[in-house]
Amino acid sequence: MFTALLIEQLLNGLQLGVMLFLMAAGLTLIFGVMGLINLAHGSLYMIGAFACATVAAATGSFWIGLIASLAAAAGVGAIIEVAVIRRLYDRDHLDQVLATFALILILSEGARWLFGSFPLYLDIPPLLQGAVPLPGGGQYQLYRLAIIGVGIAVAVGLYLLISGTRLGMRIRAGESDREMIGALGVDIGTLYTVVFALGAALAGLAGALVGALQSVQVGMGEPVLILAFVVIVIGGIGSIKGALVGAVIVGVVDTMGRFLLPSMLALAMPASQATTIGAALASMLIYVVMALILAFRPSGLFSAQS
Amino acid sequence: MSRETTINLLFALLLLGAPLLAAGMGEPFYVTLATRVVVLALAAVGLNLALGLGGLLSFGHAAFFGLGGYVAGILATHAFNAEPLIAGIPATTSMPLIWITAVVVAGLVALPIGAISLRTSGVYFIMITLAFAQMIYYFAISWPAYGGEDGLSLSVRNAFPGVNTAKPLPYFLICYAALMAALLLFRVVEGSRFGSALQAARQNGTRLAAVGIEPFNIRLVAFAVSAMITGLAGALYADLNRFVGPSMMSWHMSGELIVLIILGGKGRLFGPVAGAMIFVLFEYVLGGITERWQFFLGLILLGIVLFARGGLLGLLSGKPRHV
Amino acid sequence: MSEPVLEIRDLRKSFGALKATDGVSLELHPGQIHALIGPNGAGKSTLIHQIAGSLRADSGTIRFLGQDIGGLDMAARARLGLARSFQISSLAQEFSALRNVMLAVQARQGSSFRFLRQVTDDKDLTEPAMAMLERVDLAARAHVPAAELSHGERRQLEIAIALALSPKAFLFDEPMAGMGPEGSKRLTSFLDGLRHEAPMLLVEHDMDAVFALADRISVFVYGRIIATGTVDEIRGDPEVRRAYLGEAA
Repeated sequence: MFTALLIEQLLNGLQLGVMLFLMAAGLTLIFGVMGLINLAHGSLYMIGAFACATVAAATGSFWIGLIASLAAAAGVGAIIEVAVIRRLYDRDHLDQVLATFALILILSEGARWLFGSFPLYLDIPPLLQGAVPLPGGGQYQLYRLAIIGVGIAVAVGLYLLISGTRLGMRIRAGESDREMIGALGVDIGTLYTVVFALGAALAGLAGALVGALQSVQVGMGEPVLILAFVVIVIGGIGSIKGALVGAVIVGVVDTMGRFLLPSMLALAMPASQATTIGAALASMLIYVVMALILAFRPSGLFSAQS
Repeated sequence: MSRETTINLLFALLLLGAPLLAAGMGEPFYVTLATRVVVLALAAVGLNLALGLGGLLSFGHAAFFGLGGYVAGILATHAFNAEPLIAGIPATTSMPLIWITAVVVAGLVALPIGAISLRTSGVYFIMITLAFAQMIYYFAISWPAYGGEDGLSLSVRNAFPGVNTAKPLPYFLICYAALMAALLLFRVVEGSRFGSALQAARQNGTRLAAVGIEPFNIRLVAFAVSAMITGLAGALYADLNRFVGPSMMSWHMSGELIVLIILGGKGRLFGPVAGAMIFVLFEYVLGGITERWQFFLGLILLGIVLFARGGLLGLLSGKPRHV
Repeated sequence: MSEPVLEIRDLRKSFGALKATDGVSLELHPGQIHALIGPNGAGKSTLIHQIAGSLRADSGTIRFLGQDIGGLDMAARARLGLARSFQISSLAQEFSALRNVMLAVQARQGSSFRFLRQVTDDKDLTEPAMAMLERVDLAARAHVPAAELSHGERRQLEIAIALALSPKAFLFDEPMAGMGPEGSKRLTSFLDGLRHEAPMLLVEHDMDAVFALADRISVFVYGRIIATGTVDEIRGDPEVRRAYLGEAA
């Protein structure tokens, strides 16, 4: 029974990691290509979730909702990029932080205006309801497995995109030498908008997928955004590979910590105390891991700039 | 007297005069509003030391603000229940003792966080300070002994010898005095040898190292001192609201502290004061008109960042003087 | 012969496949000006960076005043008495010229953790700093922000900062660059006098200055020293003429 529980928790960790990867990949891409720190990335996640929940409720189809989430997040991302973000590329980090912080305020309050303060709910599509048996007894939600699958597919897709396509070549050129791609005759403005919209779409996808597991509400993006920052810090800014490895580390460490720490502490202290202390320590665990990794590698595991 | 000094003096008098007038007219609400301005300004003065002088964009100062608040809340709760803290040390409701504890705790927590964060720079520094603050935030939420998610209420405001702190005006004056003391400290530190080194570290860290001063050490001390001032503000904030909760430590609070500085003018002595006045005014006026005031705050902030760099003091007193 | 102030043995540094420093050894003796010459990209600045501590060598030793300084960071090396100027001038741009020098005076006094006394009326800082500015003829511009100084004035300021450290050795990376003939001439005679305060490692492209100043010259090509000697030896060395000075020289 313990084995089954362990496998289940590992899968949960992986699922969290995959979702964080969708967020972190966009953030790290945007930072790598445009040198921009985007605090409003969590808002795009929220937009994806709201779009999916609203459209799914109206049409009765999760899948149309999913497409809507991609379109809405990419669309809002592109609008934001053109209206605000492109004025920030040659500004310092302080201006970027402030302007994207302002965007969070606008988008969060805007969402509250449109959708109200009550959470929306999104059902798991019928196709993915149910569970699959795990080795050692126990079952696992099919939908969560599907999220893991989507994450792996996105990781492979991004790899192919960046290593094998014209757009990818331009992205790589943009990461290594911004002036060169201008000289190559690439329209940088369009490239940046496309990259930003791509990152936004990934965040929107993550929001929509998670929307069926949790409630959809204003402010849902920020905790995920901060975890995605931890992922990027661990993985190394600008590195997609780093984002993947960092996301899996954070997802698994966080989930396993919450699962294992209370029971490990229970060996040494009364159970009730072990639960509270274990939970409190587990909530800090990934930050401790981050600190340890930084102590040895100040620019992350796969730093693009080293 | 330079133009900026005159303007600073006007702000200081306005901030003192308005609540005195309000108290005279029997409007304690406005006294409390002014106290809120003062305490937020104090928190931002702390951050301004790191951000304005040292160029350290900490997105985690809410952690120190909250720690200061929790020190006040925890000490008061223990004192109220007549429980000793640990190892028989008695708790206290004396503000001066609480302040000292808050300052020491904020400084002690800031040292390891700073030591790790300052190994990096730029975007890493922003994200890491944010992450550490979030760690402390989650710890506060999941630690049930002091209210967890619900926070802690203080049944009465803590005590200051010879002052009736329960009344709005005396408490305002205490906070105002603390703010003025912090501003004086900021001005003195800015002009000191340490302040020179700190500003040089912001302008050109390599130059500082090349003359034999470790930028890391200078920045670490600045980060800790900055956290201590913000921690003191947190203790005052807890007493102002007679409540402390995890929201004081949220990333949103960290963002607001930065916003205060930018609204007022980064690196300027009275920048945080002007910024806090505008911010609380926005909150109050806009908040009175619409529930969605943060939407408009966002728009205004965006406009300032994109088109009006330099903040209110930049607008009023022109370019900062060179020394 | 006297003990060398600075002694470098078999220093190596690679960037990927590029050997920027390929087994360099040299000595700097008291009273000497030792010039490093060579074409651009030969690794002269990379060597200065490794000596000053802003780059770490892959292997080899750097001894300064008899002490191995390879493990020390830049600030620690500066405190031992290595004063450098930068190829591209590196100043606290918002500070006045005077405050830039005051920072060096403060660093030499080892007193950066003082929080109360105001530097602007601290004669222990202002007077020595002003004296340094006077030495480099920059006193009249003492209160001008570094960002508003002319190119030549910034180079003078760099030197004033180095002087203020009372160093045991100077590392100067192209101090004459962009100075113009008149400025170069003045700076040359100024540097000539400095050798009695501390020996100097001088990277310089201005050959008139190098030949006028240097007691010894090392010629760099592709990360190696191909010849070391006095001015006359270097001028007469056929390999140097071929590799660097060109037959016309």
